[in-house]
Amino acid sequence: MTVAEAIVRCLEKEGVKVVFGYPGGAILPVYDALYHTSNIKHVLVRHEQGAVHAADGYARVTGKVGVCMATSGPGATNLVTGIANAYMDSIPLVLFTGQVPVSQIGTDSFQEVDITGITLPITKHNYLVKDPDKVPSIVKSAFHIASTGRPGPVLIDLPKDVTLAKIDFKYPTAVKLRGYKPTYRGHPYKIREVAEIIRKSQRPVIYAGGGILSSNAADELVQLAETISAPVTNTFMGLASFPGDHPLFLGMLGLHGTRYANLAITECDLLIALGARFDDRVVLKLGAFAPNATVIHIDIDPAEIGKIVKTHVPLVGDVKHVLKALVPLLEKVDRSEWLERIQQLKEQYPLTYGEGAGLKPQFIIEELCRLTKGRAIVVTDVGQHQMWVAQYYRFHEPRSLVSSGGLGTMGFGLPAAVGASMAESGKQVILVTGDGSIQMTMQELGTLMEQELPLKIFVMNNFSLGMVRQLQKFYHEGRYMATTFRFHPDFPLLAQSYGMKAYTLETREDAVHLLPEILSEPGPVMVNCLIPPEEDVMPMVLAGKGIDEAID
Amino acid sequence: MKHTLSVLVENKPGVLVRVAGLFSRRGFNIDSLTVGRTENPDVSRMTIVVDGDDRFIEQVTKQLHKLIDVIKISDISAEEYVDRDLVLIKVAAEPSQRVEIMQMAGVFRARVVDLGRKTITLECTGHEGKINAFEESLRPYGIKELVRTGKVAMLRGSKLSGDAELTGRRKDGE
Repeated sequence: MTVAEAIVRCLEKEGVKVVFGYPGGAILPVYDALYHTSNIKHVLVRHEQGAVHAADGYARVTGKVGVCMATSGPGATNLVTGIANAYMDSIPLVLFTGQVPVSQIGTDSFQEVDITGITLPITKHNYLVKDPDKVPSIVKSAFHIASTGRPGPVLIDLPKDVTLAKIDFKYPTAVKLRGYKPTYRGHPYKIREVAEIIRKSQRPVIYAGGGILSSNAADELVQLAETISAPVTNTFMGLASFPGDHPLFLGMLGLHGTRYANLAITECDLLIALGARFDDRVVLKLGAFAPNATVIHIDIDPAEIGKIVKTHVPLVGDVKHVLKALVPLLEKVDRSEWLERIQQLKEQYPLTYGEGAGLKPQFIIEELCRLTKGRAIVVTDVGQHQMWVAQYYRFHEPRSLVSSGGLGTMGFGLPAAVGASMAESGKQVILVTGDGSIQMTMQELGTLMEQELPLKIFVMNNFSLGMVRQLQKFYHEGRYMATTFRFHPDFPLLAQSYGMKAYTLETREDAVHLLPEILSEPGPVMVNCLIPPEEDVMPMVLAGKGIDEAID
Repeated sequence: MKHTLSVLVENKPGVLVRVAGLFSRRGFNIDSLTVGRTENPDVSRMTIVVDGDDRFIEQVTKQLHKLIDVIKISDISAEEYVDRDLVLIKVAAEPSQRVEIMQMAGVFRARVVDLGRKTITLECTGHEGKINAFEESLRPYGIKELVRTGKVAMLRGSKLSGDAELTGRRKDGE
């Protein structure tokens, strides 16, 4: 069979159900092979960036590897933002790109670009295939590398003559990679040491990141927290890994975190970091972060340990494996004094917003949470609305928040929501976006309609780039340069042109009356939410300040 | 402090650019880097000299380990090792100066590899310090061209660099 047919067979063997892509000359042999299979659904997007974000959203919801295809040259370069996005958030993707024939590589031929060179710093690994016989083992390795250890995107560049070549297909059963052996089991001695330190602590805090979700360790996290009576704060990437209404939950920490989470970090004597990487938006001023705490850092990526903060007990391993070994070593303890202090902080510094005039975006999120019982899949874009979702939507189930954390990619939301909707999770999918973000990848409304996905889109419309505007307010004395839109399309009319239902919400009463109806619509809906431009994301830690110095 | 990292990598196209790219994008500086095949044709050895404190070296080592094509890393400067640098130097030499220069070369156990009408080309191997001294001693005659290989290194005794204790992954896994 041809290599292209072999690739499709490999995808079937890997259990791939959906591929997101956009065809073109150099990748055509693979599309031709897809034509002859009915086992894999191909989702045609409207721009390659949409394909990679959709595969990303699909991977975040299902926990499986997202698969994406594009042609050579511009097709490949259009993937770049999405690859960087997946790399920063450790999302498993396998991307196939077409390439000019091997003999033309390096000659600046039509639609030629060195995509393996371009994506070197933003992929976990990549391949330029020159030997047709190696394709099955490369595809197998790519899926293995993408989905194991700390997950990430892997790109395979396929010259057209390679995909047309004939090979004897044999899918390898095992992967042999001398230089890649992630550590899953934590060292037993270190695990006992961690248990001993936890036992001795008075005021422990668990700081849990996206690693909990990638290793499917949400249940183990709850067990640990309940056993040792330690409050849990999530990083943005870690949200939905711990139940939003659990009495031990502190919400998100960091720049726009709850004040009680941030103050718990300041006051704790033991910080248990699980699958988190001490991002600068979390740590803020280094010396002021958990100044009195012993730091235990458990992560599958050794390079994250000691990268930013001094770690007292490093433990390399998969969080789920480690917690499974750790929890049985611990006995149930009562830390009423510490938990009373936490309760006091929660009462003293609650998460609030002014009940002023107009339609408050925080209120919309609270209502969405109430109506969906915190059990919808919420996809967001990037900006103020993203932080309001993080603060006010109380997630209950792992993998129910889909959002661009590390890279902060505006335009991620709509295509990621298409991918999340294709995941067949049985849950309602909601996209919360902004008037800035949605206009970056708005063309994917076509994909949404073509796939008949009942997505509910909430555009938090303040006629401005709210988050950037907020930065200008605080750091540039309110000189709002290039952050106000003087022209917008009529969003409801735009949605209608795609055949979608549309609503506009202007007041709190509109929201109260219409949200239940909107959420129960059988098809896709776009909701234009006219929110006040002067609304800020609060609390906020100003630049150069410590985590304990947030302003409300 | 300078560290000498002995790095075993897959002998595949693009490995050098992966390693070099990692250094530049993480803001690490390379003092010298040499690469060549080992006793196993599928495997190459890079000898990388970097300057930095322990924390910096730890981070470099860990980041290198994340590259799929990197098989093993040893910080051999933590142990007893031998290292050699090779230099080729083309010096201006009138026929009347040849003897003098060749005597100088003898002191450093350098060899004459080429003779021109007005130049002499010398080859010298040794420890970095010796090579530096050799270069300085020839400078007064006028160095026309100079090329150095950068350092290659190996552990002393029967120990193998590939099995040295200090590979980053093991260090952290424990």
